[in-house]
Amino acid sequence: MFARLILRNALRHRLRTALTVLGIFVAILAFGLLATVVDAWYAGAEGASAARLVTRNAVSLVFPLPLTHREKLRQVEGVSRVSTANWFGGIYISPRNFFPQFAVDAQTYFDLYPEYRVPEAEMREFLRDRKGAIVGRKLADTYGWKVGDVVPLKGTIYAGNWEFVVRGIYDGRDAGTDTAQFFLHWAYLNESVRRLLPRRADTVGVFIVGIDEPGRAADIARAIDAQFRNSLAETLTETEKAFQLGFVAMTEAIVVAIRLVSYLVIFIIMAVMANTMSMSARERMPEYATLKAIGFRPARVAALVTGESVAIALAGTVLGIAATFPVAERFGRAMGSLFPVFRVSLDTVLLQLACALVIGLVAAFAPAWRAARVGIAEGLRA
Amino acid sequence: MSDIPSGPAAGVLVRIRGLSKAYRRGGQPVPVLHDLDLDIADGDFLALMGPSGSGKSTLLNLIAGIDKPDAGSLEVAGVELAQLGEADLARWRARHVGFIFQFYNLMPVLTARENVELPLLLTALPRRERRERAELALSLVGLADRMDHRPSELSGGQQQRVAIARAIITDPTLLVADEPTGDLDRVSAGEILDLMERLNADLGKTIVMVTHDQRAAARAHSVVQLEKGALVAGAVDGGA
Repeated sequence: MFARLILRNALRHRLRTALTVLGIFVAILAFGLLATVVDAWYAGAEGASAARLVTRNAVSLVFPLPLTHREKLRQVEGVSRVSTANWFGGIYISPRNFFPQFAVDAQTYFDLYPEYRVPEAEMREFLRDRKGAIVGRKLADTYGWKVGDVVPLKGTIYAGNWEFVVRGIYDGRDAGTDTAQFFLHWAYLNESVRRLLPRRADTVGVFIVGIDEPGRAADIARAIDAQFRNSLAETLTETEKAFQLGFVAMTEAIVVAIRLVSYLVIFIIMAVMANTMSMSARERMPEYATLKAIGFRPARVAALVTGESVAIALAGTVLGIAATFPVAERFGRAMGSLFPVFRVSLDTVLLQLACALVIGLVAAFAPAWRAARVGIAEGLRA
Repeated sequence: MSDIPSGPAAGVLVRIRGLSKAYRRGGQPVPVLHDLDLDIADGDFLALMGPSGSGKSTLLNLIAGIDKPDAGSLEVAGVELAQLGEADLARWRARHVGFIFQFYNLMPVLTARENVELPLLLTALPRRERRERAELALSLVGLADRMDHRPSELSGGQQQRVAIARAIITDPTLLVADEPTGDLDRVSAGEILDLMERLNADLGKTIVMVTHDQRAAARAHSVVQLEKGALVAGAVDGGA
C-alpha cells in the first residue's frame, strides 16, 4: 500500500505531473540523442580491429608512402597480410553528398576486413572490372544504387570526372560495422595518376597491416617503423583504433561541447523537477505530520517523497528511452552517410536510466529532508 | 520494538508532575505551560477546555508524545515520555495512541479502507489481515458501505468517523482528540460524540479531548480548565 500511496500522490496534480514527465521525456530524449551522436563520432574507433595496424607517413597523413614499402612490410615478423588504401575524396553530384571513398588493393583489402560481407559472385565481378566499385549497404540505400549502376565522382585530389560501376554491395557483420563507404581499385586510380601526375604514381595513403597476435601490436608497430627509419619515407605505425581516434581528436572540442550540452539539459530538468517536488511537499506537510503522528518514522516519510520523485523521473525516462530509438533511427537516416553508424547503445540507455535516478534523488533531497524533519505539531498547523 | 516499559500506576493512565513548556518566538521564550500537575485515570473521558492560547493543545500534544516538555515529568501507562528518543517515541505512539484531528487529516488519495489500514503498515500483519481489521473498524463506526470511497466523496461527519476508525485500528491505550467536532455541523458533531462515548464506555478507551464546545465537554466524564498555561479548576466532573 506504501507503493500505492506513492503512485497516487504522483498522480494527484495530473497536469503538474504530466508537464514534469513531459519535461523529463524531452530532456532524456535529447540526452540520448546527443549521447548517440557522440557514440557515432567514436564509431570508427569502436569498430576498429585489434588485429590491424595502420602504417602512414611519419611526417603527415597528407604525404603518401611508396608502394615499395609493401614488400619490406610483409617481411616484418608478426605481419600476416598487407593491403593499401588511398583517400580518393571525390564529389558525388554535390559536396553535400559526402561519403568516404577509398582506392584499395582489391586483391588483399577485403581479406583484412572480414566484417565487410560481399557476396562471392559480386566480389568476382568487382575483381574482374577495374572500373568497378564495392559500396556499403547504407550508402546504396541512401542514394538508391543497385549493382550495375554507374556512379560519377568529380575528383578533388585526383582531378577529373570519374565513373565507377557498382559491382557489389557489402553488408556489415554486425550493427556496428560502417556500411557507408565506397571502395574502388587502386590499380585503376594509379594508371590515371601515372599518366597525369607521374611523380605521384605508385604511392599509397596508408598500408593496412594484418597481424596474427594483437597482443604484440606495439612490438610489431615498432619493428615496422624501425624498418623504415632514416629512409626517404619514414613511417608511423599505430593500431587501427589509435589511428581512428586521431581523427576524433581533431574534432574533440565539438564532442566536449555536445557532452556539456547533454548534461546541461539534465541539470535544467533536475532544477524543474526539484521545484515540482518542493511544491508538492510543501502542500502536503500536514499529511507528513499526520503520518509521523501515527508512528511513521522520518525515514519512511522521506521515502514517500523520494519514491514519488523517482517514480515521476522514471516515467519520463521510460518514455524518453522508448522514443530515443525511433527518433535516433530517423535522425541517423536524415544524416545520411555523415554518421555511418548511428545507433542507440546499451551504455546510452543505462546512462539515461542513471540520469532518471539522479534527477529523482537529487530533486527529492531537500523536500524529503524537510518532510522528514517537520515537527509534528508545527506540520499539523501548516 | 525496543523495550519501552509499560504498565500504569494503579488506576492512573497519565501522570503529570511539574510540567512546563515554552516556545521561542523572535528569540524570546514564551511560556505556554508552567508547573502543571494532572492525573488522568485509566478509562477516563476528559475534556480540556480553555481560551485560545491557554496551552490546551500543547498539553494534548505532550500527552500524545508529539512534543516534549521542557521540564517536569509526564508518564503515560508508566512510560516516561521525555526519556524516549524520537524513534522510540514514534513506535510508542504507533502502539499506544490514536489521533482524532479537527480536520480529520486523512490521506486524500487513499480510500476510507486504505486510510484506516495506514497505521497497520507499521506492524507485521499480513495484507489480508490488515484489510480485514480495517473493514471491521469501519463497520464499527458505521461506514461498512463507504469503504471504497475517498475522503472527498464523504461528508465531514463520515470523514471524522474514518479518522476515528484509523485511531482505534491498532487498539491503542489512549485516544487524543483535538477539537473533533470543531469542523462539523450539530448533527454530525452529536454522532461523533456518541461514537466517542461508545468507544469509552464499551471498549474502555481513555479519551483526552480538547474542545471549545460546551456541548462536547458535557459528554466527558471530567473537564479540565486551562488558562495561561495553568489549571484553573482542576479536574471537575463533566455533565455526562
